Amino acid sequence: MNITLSHGSGGDATSKLIEEVFRNEFHNEYLDRMEDSSVVPGSSRLALTTDSFVVQPLIYDGGDIGRLSVCGTVNDLLMSGAEPKYLTAGFVLEEGLDTGLLKRIVHSMAETAKEAGVRIVAGDTKVIEHKGGKDDDPGLIINTAGVGFLDEKVNVGASLIKEGDAVILSGNIGDHHAAIMKERLSISNEKIKSDNAPLNEMVRKLFDNGIEVHAMRDVTRGGLGTVLNEFSKESGRDIFIIEEKLPVSDAVRDFSALLGLDILYMGNEGKMICAVAAKDKDKAVDIIRNSKYGGDAVIIGYAASPVTAGEGKLILKTGIGGERIVGPLYGEGLPRIC
Amino acid sequence: MTDKEIVEFLKNYNGPDVSLMEICGSHTAAIVKSGIRSFLSPHIRMVSGPGCPVCVTVTSFIDRLIALSGNPENVICSFGDLLRVPGSRGSLEEARAGGNDIRMLYSPFDMLEQAAKDGLHNYIFAAVGFETTAPVYASLIESAIENDVSNIRILTSIKTMPEVVKKIGSKMDGYLLPGHVCTITGYGLYEPIAAGIGRPMVAAGFEAENIVQAIYALVKLKGKGIVKNFYPSAVTEEGNKKAQRILQKYFEPGDAAWRGMGSLAASGLYLKDEYSRFDAGSRELTEDQVSGGCRCAYVITGEEESRDCPLFGKVCTPLDPKGACMVSREGACFNEYIK
Repeated sequence: MNITLSHGSGGDATSKLIEEVFRNEFHNEYLDRMEDSSVVPGSSRLALTTDSFVVQPLIYDGGDIGRLSVCGTVNDLLMSGAEPKYLTAGFVLEEGLDTGLLKRIVHSMAETAKEAGVRIVAGDTKVIEHKGGKDDDPGLIINTAGVGFLDEKVNVGASLIKEGDAVILSGNIGDHHAAIMKERLSISNEKIKSDNAPLNEMVRKLFDNGIEVHAMRDVTRGGLGTVLNEFSKESGRDIFIIEEKLPVSDAVRDFSALLGLDILYMGNEGKMICAVAAKDKDKAVDIIRNSKYGGDAVIIGYAASPVTAGEGKLILKTGIGGERIVGPLYGEGLPRIC
Repeated sequence: MTDKEIVEFLKNYNGPDVSLMEICGSHTAAIVKSGIRSFLSPHIRMVSGPGCPVCVTVTSFIDRLIALSGNPENVICSFGDLLRVPGSRGSLEEARAGGNDIRMLYSPFDMLEQAAKDGLHNYIFAAVGFETTAPVYASLIESAIENDVSNIRILTSIKTMPEVVKKIGSKMDGYLLPGHVCTITGYGLYEPIAAGIGRPMVAAGFEAENIVQAIYALVKLKGKGIVKNFYPSAVTEEGNKKAQRILQKYFEPGDAAWRGMGSLAASGLYLKDEYSRFDAGSRELTEDQVSGGCRCAYVITGEEESRDCPLFGKVCTPLDPKGACMVSREGACFNEYIK
């Protein structure tokens, strides 16, 4: 069966779609009340975020737009130090979308939400005319918003980075970007898979073990280069990273060399970078390595007092013995990878 | 000598000043990426040459593509970098935002597939490049003929390296030859040029180690008109005969206009007359209206530095480029800006 405009009319077809596809997968005590809004228990300090997902193709090696839409928002909550609690999910479906495909994506969302310990408590569905190009299949866009609870003591942010902080990356970079590119270019390579994953465990363990975490970011669109530029700019510190320490799988390294992609700007969906007080750095790496999705964690650099006062820069120490300033990504990298 | 010793030599070099040109944009990008300029002695100056296809494309090429995209029967296909290059009245990216069907592709063969499925539109590829990319366009035309796809065209801005290297000539003390181009053409082509201008040339790969070895060799060979091949895994004296054959089957040399430099005799490639049905009017594109003040052409011929340009970093930045050298990831100004 394919989605038609009547599935977005708000009438009988809409109810049926909600029953069969969404409620079936997402049901929980709050959503099941089916009121105009969900009433949920709260906390005195909340983290809020929202993100829209437009990735093409909808299903790729290692994941799909459903898993991505949960991971992306959950990880954004985690990076502010919050414990993710609730998500909302908005679907914009293109007329003609196969319902079987939609079910598969929704199921993947439900599974990922379970893994990440969040409940989807509100949702919305709209149907629009198929606006894709001449050859595109009908697709969908997902928006998720998230709420997380923040402990009174937790305080993280790029402006809190101090001199001497260790910069830790939770694993290999470029996997998601390469996985999407390989699908779009029809290049077969079994070794390249998206890393999309919720990072709850490593973040929770860092805080539970009292690690002094100053800043965290998930290394998504724009890649390591862009994210670490935010660190250096907002902290006013120079961030040095060492090229030889950057963890990249052989498959992704070869793939990016072939296509002329710069590893530093390739997006990920299951990796974080954090700045941790120097005294805790080895313990922090151990903790991340012993968490799900953190097996390849490594210290890639450190924060230092800036050469030019007030102007933090990101500086790469290259393998051949040079140094260069790494700027943020200019212009469009690759559209629609998330 | 080990790579470490070479790096030490290049750091501490205290002999007469040398200006060396890396002709190819991929070398420019690799030099910046590996931070080589950060340790070179002040007596060694690296100049980014004209080997960035986007950087040497004239404005009338962009203008023609935009004009063609205005016809709803046409679909324009291009590599990504070209989309942001300013023509005399805006860029392809702006035309796309205005609703024209302009698609970014990673391979011209994707266009062939799309065109074969769609009998209603003409598909036109913005075929920029050098000797390296030209055989790809030749095989595109060959596939179109074999598969009987008649609704594709190419608008070409294909340049060849030897004439422009001759033009720059002895202004440089040595040349890092374009590795990929030499893979196709062979390095033998450059031997008479090196001898003629009395300057050394080295064909090299794109890893940082390959590049420092080549720079070291060029410093040592100063004043000698010879060619060395440091990239034997890919480059031979004769080049790739198969690629040369398909190139010669479909293309012939002709005069070509280089952005900001004017026309150079026999420095371009055009579809032969018998394949002109696949050409979208490439031979007429000689007009060039570079933005006022833009010094791109002087930068890529080694006469000026990016930072000498009055626009550089002020009104011309990667986010709002005025000249092509600031657009391309292989461009001299882009790489100077992000350095």
